[in-house]
Amino acid sequence: MNLVTFSGPPSSGKTAVILKTIDALQNRDIAVGVVKFDCLYTDDDRLYEKAGIPVKKGLSGSLCPDHYFVSNIEEVVQWGLANDLDLLITESAGLCNRCSPYIKDIKAICVIDNLSGINTPKKIGPMLKTADIVIITKGDIVSQAEREVFASRVMTVNPRAMVMHVNGLTGQGAFEFSTLLYDDELNIETVKGKQLRFSMPSAMCSYCLGETRIGEEHQLGNVRKINLGDQNE
Amino acid sequence: MNKELKNMKIKKILEKYPYAKTFLEDQQLSIDDQELTISQLYQQLTLEQKEDLGLDIKQLEASLDNYIEQMQEFIGESDDNNTVQSLTILAGKDKDEQAEKFAELKVHAGEIISIVGPTGSGKSRLLADIEWTAQADTPTERSILINGQKPDLSWRFSGGKKLVAQLSQNMNFVMDLGVEEFIRLHAASRLVKNEDEIVARVITEANFLAGEKFSADTQITSLSGGQSRALMIADTAILSRSPIILIDEIENAGIDREKALDLLVGENKIVLMATHDPILALMGDKRIVINNGGIEKIIKTKDFEKELLIKLKKVDNMLSDLRNSLRYGKELTDNPNLTS
Ligand SMILES: Nc1nc2c(ncn2[C@@H]2O[C@H](COP(=O)(O)OP(=O)(O)OP(=O)(O)O)[C@@H](O)[C@H]2O)c(=O)[nH]1
Ligand SMILES: [Mg+2]
Repeated sequence: MNLVTFSGPPSSGKTAVILKTIDALQNRDIAVGVVKFDCLYTDDDRLYEKAGIPVKKGLSGSLCPDHYFVSNIEEVVQWGLANDLDLLITESAGLCNRCSPYIKDIKAICVIDNLSGINTPKKIGPMLKTADIVIITKGDIVSQAEREVFASRVMTVNPRAMVMHVNGLTGQGAFEFSTLLYDDELNIETVKGKQLRFSMPSAMCSYCLGETRIGEEHQLGNVRKINLGDQNE
Repeated sequence: MNKELKNMKIKKILEKYPYAKTFLEDQQLSIDDQELTISQLYQQLTLEQKEDLGLDIKQLEASLDNYIEQMQEFIGESDDNNTVQSLTILAGKDKDEQAEKFAELKVHAGEIISIVGPTGSGKSRLLADIEWTAQADTPTERSILINGQKPDLSWRFSGGKKLVAQLSQNMNFVMDLGVEEFIRLHAASRLVKNEDEIVARVITEANFLAGEKFSADTQITSLSGGQSRALMIADTAILSRSPIILIDEIENAGIDREKALDLLVGENKIVLMATHDPILALMGDKRIVINNGGIEKIIKTKDFEKELLIKLKKVDNMLSDLRNSLRYGKELTDNPNLTS
């Protein structure tokens, strides 16, 4: 079974792109399943179900969904194997732009959209910077100039990635993208022993542990202070 | 990272590859101390800064390496021998697996090809085949040649280098910028040398195409439909890196379509135009008829069609005069050229 991880800011078009891409894979007799990771709520599982795709969802609740992802990915892989999938896709919404669920030697796709603003590529951390393929969506509604500027910003932030445009509504570009997803040589039986591409943040402060009171005396652990430019300088 | 780069001080890197500054800035790395190498710079970062960078040293070095490689290629492209002179489509098959009824279609820079056919007939697939430089590896099994040869794979995968630029009715400007600022941003991303001159030219040409003039400091989001269209076309003609321009209909309002096509052709673009408007379609040198997923025929625009085009333009002008009269509250009068 192949494993491919999709990530990207909320509503960037991940589900739309995955659905169109699976459509394009259909003629190739590849059994695809999806697991969606989210925080509090997702409807995506119903969209996949409607398309006849085996799907599971995992909600992390009060935990960071990417941390939750790493803690559960092995079980998810075993679910995929038990269901005889040829290709298992995970979809995670990048919520704080800081974590990323990418694993070394496992194909990593970042989906971002043209509407998010040209400074967005700079604001997204490892999720964009360490992806193998960056898919840019919603090109149908912005001008050619904006598409070009946006793509060049993506390229500056992650020059190693392949950058492709896919339209989540019409599926334009999805066939081409689908040819890059499955590879007979990349089968895995487990992800045990593999490593994340980039560490999750070392942040562990009192608020991570449930503190609700505000004030210096309640701030323990890894605390960073804002630099307002006067006495701290 | 290549050895040379690895041992170079930042100062040297910036001297040799000035654009690397953008890369380092976008990674939010300080380049105040230029006597360091990249790995020394990385070692000086605090744990927090390393975390914010989101790359480890290997990833950072590899990224810079790739960036420089792509930019070098980008700059080299402006040489004449690298331009796209022609595009060739080699026939594939339609939805019923029947061979398309042509062998090959070669289109040269500066030509306009119209594409006609019912919705869902396969226009998007044809475009996608061109954009992907298909090598009999798409559902239509068509192949695409560039300058008569099998194209370089970088047309497929490189973010900045795309074969086809697209203009369609649904596209809007979404950025919050003035016209000049916006065009400047585009020019900067292309690393053009004579930026002022080029930006001024885009704005002049756009005004030449637009029915109503606009100034360089107008917000792009407040341009009228016709003005937006005019700016998009002028910008794409002059600043887009893509040698092929696909136009999906141009509504006949607030923009001189013939001048727009002249501008694109003058910039040596290959223009593909999906349209059902007879005036636009006949402006093409040829038209491709698509049906059932395949190219059914290729029609060279006939002389009598060109004559018809002249008459159609007259009718068109008449209509737009009437529209203008209507807009300015005049009474509409009969026109002697109209026969009943
Ligand atoms: N115009 C346009 N709309 C798109 C495109 N891709 C996706 N959309 C729309 O954008 C919205 C969000 O798309 P989704 O695919 O649900 O986004 P997502 O990234 O999966 O969202 P979450 O899983 O909730 O984070 C939907 O309404 C899509 O129809 C595109 O290329 N063009
Ligand atoms: Mg989704």
